Amino acid sequence: MAAHSVVVMDEAGVRWTPEQVLALASDAASRTAGNKLGVRGPWSTAGSSDTGAVWGLCKGSGKKPYQTVIDTTGPAYKCSCPSRKFPCKHALGLLLLWTTDEEAVRASAEPDWAEEWLSGRRSQAERGRAGQAQASKTMDPEAARRRAERRAERITAGALELEQRLTDLLRGGLAAAEQSGYGLWEETAARMVDAQAPGLASRVRELGAIPGSGAGWPVRLLEECSLVHLLDSAWMRIERLPEPLAMTVRTRVGLPSAAGSQSIRDRWLVLSQYDSAETKITTRRIWVYGRESEHMALLLSFGAAGRAPQLSLPVGTMVDAELTPHLGAGQLRAELGAQFGIPVPMGSPPPGGPVASALEAYGRALSADPWLDSWPATLAEVIPVPDGEGWQLADAEGGAALPIASAALSRAGLWRLASLSGGRPITVFGECGPAGVTPLAAWSGDAFETVTLI
Amino acid sequence: MTDSSNTDLWEGLVTSALLGTDRRSPPEAVLPSGREATVALLDAAAVYTVRRRAGLVPVPAAPRPDPAPCDTRPQPPLAARRRLAQLLADRAVPSSGGRRGAAPDLTELLPQWLTKANEHGYQAPPPLLPALLDAARARTDLRPQVLAFAGSRGLWLARFNAEWRFALRGASGGGALLPDATDAGAVAALWEEGLFAERVALLAAVRAQDAGSALALLAGTWSTERAEDRLMFLDSLRAGLSEADEPFLEQALGDRSRNVRATAAELLSALPHSALAGRMAKRAVSCVGPHGSAGVPSIAVAAPRECDAGMQRDGVVPTPPTGRGARSWWLGQLVEAAPLSAWPERFGGRSAREIVALPVADGWSDELHAAWCRAAVRQRDAEWSRALLDSPVTPPESGLGTSSLAERAMLLSILPAAERALWVAEFIAAHGLSEAFQLLGVCAVPWAEPLGRSVVDALDIAREAGSYPWSFSGVMGLAERCLDPGESSRLDLLTATPDEVEGASPGAGSYWSEAFQRLVSTLRLREAMQRELVGTLPG
Repeated sequence: MAAHSVVVMDEAGVRWTPEQVLALASDAASRTAGNKLGVRGPWSTAGSSDTGAVWGLCKGSGKKPYQTVIDTTGPAYKCSCPSRKFPCKHALGLLLLWTTDEEAVRASAEPDWAEEWLSGRRSQAERGRAGQAQASKTMDPEAARRRAERRAERITAGALELEQRLTDLLRGGLAAAEQSGYGLWEETAARMVDAQAPGLASRVRELGAIPGSGAGWPVRLLEECSLVHLLDSAWMRIERLPEPLAMTVRTRVGLPSAAGSQSIRDRWLVLSQYDSAETKITTRRIWVYGRESEHMALLLSFGAAGRAPQLSLPVGTMVDAELTPHLGAGQLRAELGAQFGIPVPMGSPPPGGPVASALEAYGRALSADPWLDSWPATLAEVIPVPDGEGWQLADAEGGAALPIASAALSRAGLWRLASLSGGRPITVFGECGPAGVTPLAAWSGDAFETVTLI
Repeated sequence: MTDSSNTDLWEGLVTSALLGTDRRSPPEAVLPSGREATVALLDAAAVYTVRRRAGLVPVPAAPRPDPAPCDTRPQPPLAARRRLAQLLADRAVPSSGGRRGAAPDLTELLPQWLTKANEHGYQAPPPLLPALLDAARARTDLRPQVLAFAGSRGLWLARFNAEWRFALRGASGGGALLPDATDAGAVAALWEEGLFAERVALLAAVRAQDAGSALALLAGTWSTERAEDRLMFLDSLRAGLSEADEPFLEQALGDRSRNVRATAAELLSALPHSALAGRMAKRAVSCVGPHGSAGVPSIAVAAPRECDAGMQRDGVVPTPPTGRGARSWWLGQLVEAAPLSAWPERFGGRSAREIVALPVADGWSDELHAAWCRAAVRQRDAEWSRALLDSPVTPPESGLGTSSLAERAMLLSILPAAERALWVAEFIAAHGLSEAFQLLGVCAVPWAEPLGRSVVDALDIAREAGSYPWSFSGVMGLAERCLDPGESSRLDLLTATPDEVEGASPGAGSYWSEAFQRLVSTLRLREAMQRELVGTLPG
């Protein structure tokens, strides 16, 4: 899909780009259907407000038009159609119309039928904020402690079992791992799920994908096995670790990570938003960067199979909001708190450095969390350079470069990156690590438009 | 520990892990007493792995590519860029097929968007180039417009992706960066070493400046070019063809390749004063002439008895296609290649219209008129085209000229746009839409009045007659792309679902209303697209 994130301001604040809208669709069929409705034809009395609401009447097959309302700050949708898709094609179509046709969706006063639902949402949000604080107090602390203890015991049993598995593997030799196939790993991963250690389970699944994955796989397998072993050992001795690192270990084995109590209010640049789908769950990752705090943060949102995760921020914009970082050493995850006003164009990209600075930052981050396989970085003045079968991001000056991670080579974003640069220096935001750099967004010097690469 | 001993240690760990600690113990250095070998191995490997990752250094940079040439064309306005992204996004998802519904078919609007953007002289937004090239790869009809829009950066990018090779060998040459046509050294260098597409573009550029030096360029390497390249170069002379090209073309009549000879002959016959045209006129006039008593003039035809070497050298193909007589096949080629200006003299000063109206003896009428049609198209002769088209209101079978829709469409394409639109409008008013599709296809976009109105009226009549709209889906699709967007307000009335008329096909009314809705919303969209490209919207 073409991605060209341009944001414009008008009297009703920032409008999204078609790509941002289409990213909300739960599947390709919804995208197609939504795109077909993203034109004036079927719509009447469409409008938008400065609080981020968009509404319109869509002519369907019946006599009565469907009433569609969207709160873009959620985003949340309401439509009178019977579709069970979420968002439905009408909501997608109306958002597309809003992005592409400013005359068709003008700023105006909310009609009664839209206002009812919107004001309901607003007061619910108020109540929600007040209620959350109370809910945590009403839980029985003693019962919670017992539950946590039981879970820790099961995880310990799982970690011991996994250690035994690694010991067997190394005793017999990694060479045999290629023959034993994926089934054995899948079985071990299932045992880790039973042990309520989803973090260990997903690491085991990744181990299973390494044998036979191309030249040098035994080295990669040994590296990853040793890091799993390091995590097992850390869990077994967690009471001897300092608290920030202990929290990181708990998160890594799969215990829920919790937000701290300190929140940061800043203008957050939305650098990238992408989804990765696993079997039962879709994970959305949103990278943001604080203009004043210079703090990088990762917002996560999850969606059950077939549903897009709920949180969505328009890439290329700047959001005035409170973020609460999660606890744990070397963790960038944060929770999005209250937002103030609606997103505005971000202006200039975050400040960046040469490729060596990205690797240095990754190295520093490893000292807090040795299990990190990448770290976010903004690279300034780099040029995408073809290198045999692959590509690099090379400093415009000097002889240093980072290979582009092989997973990113097959994406359409690679070609947008090359095209944007045209052989000249650009700014690139991405995740850097031992596998290379995965470019996520880029900016060229002549325009501060955020070009999404994933 | 030094770097090299570190690496040795790691090698030792990997070997032990690969073969198994039972067969090969880990290096002594990592084996403190009392530890299990596997645990010691994993501990040491973890330390090494984290240390290696923490000390990652950049790799040496590969040679940087030459930057893309600067594109000085302006970017399209913001709203237009977003529209293009939307049109390209629709392309990415397969259409659901079947019933088309009331929403416009966005993919079909991409060619128009590109044409308009190129008219405005905009450059392609770099982030959209990959999607544009992908679209052109899938649809060859998009390629000339996409390549022109993509410009020099598009060609630059296409070098890196094997899937976009078509851009480099595409005949249009797109936005290849050409040297100044007067810089003889640079021109010669590119002509000797350039890619085929660059050479075609270079030839066109030089030809536009100075036809003589373009021919000199071509003649210099002619004998060493491959046959298919000679054919393409020759074909590129079609633009700006003039008497000056005759000597070169005359020499190409002796080419090794049959296709090259045929193309050279075709080009020469489009030059009415060329020696070839003169030879053809002589041959044709000896076969076709006036006949009969002075009272009832008619045309007598005596087809050639043989296809001699001279005729073959002038491009006449000796072997007819299966099922055609050799003599009529030769006759058709002679008349097609003979200048039309030879006929008034042959028929006592009669005009084209009068000649076409003459009866033809012995059933040669269809053959002769078809050949004249091809000649009129080849020589772009409006007077003969008019004569052969005849009046649009005459039923095709009883008309004087041609009755074939394909020939009529070709003849129409010779006439000025306004005359074309008027002719087709009158044709539709007289005969309805069922035969109009091919003719509408050659009309200039947007349709000039009264053509648009007559199409809409004919659709309205079909609706009232109770037929289903999909019988007219071809014309409907054309109307969506070609009607003047200003017509949309007049069409609003037709989008309502009427009450079912007695005798009408069941449900036809609502399908028609849906089809008209799609028509109206497509027209509105096209109007918006054009406005966005002009840049009157803020942003």
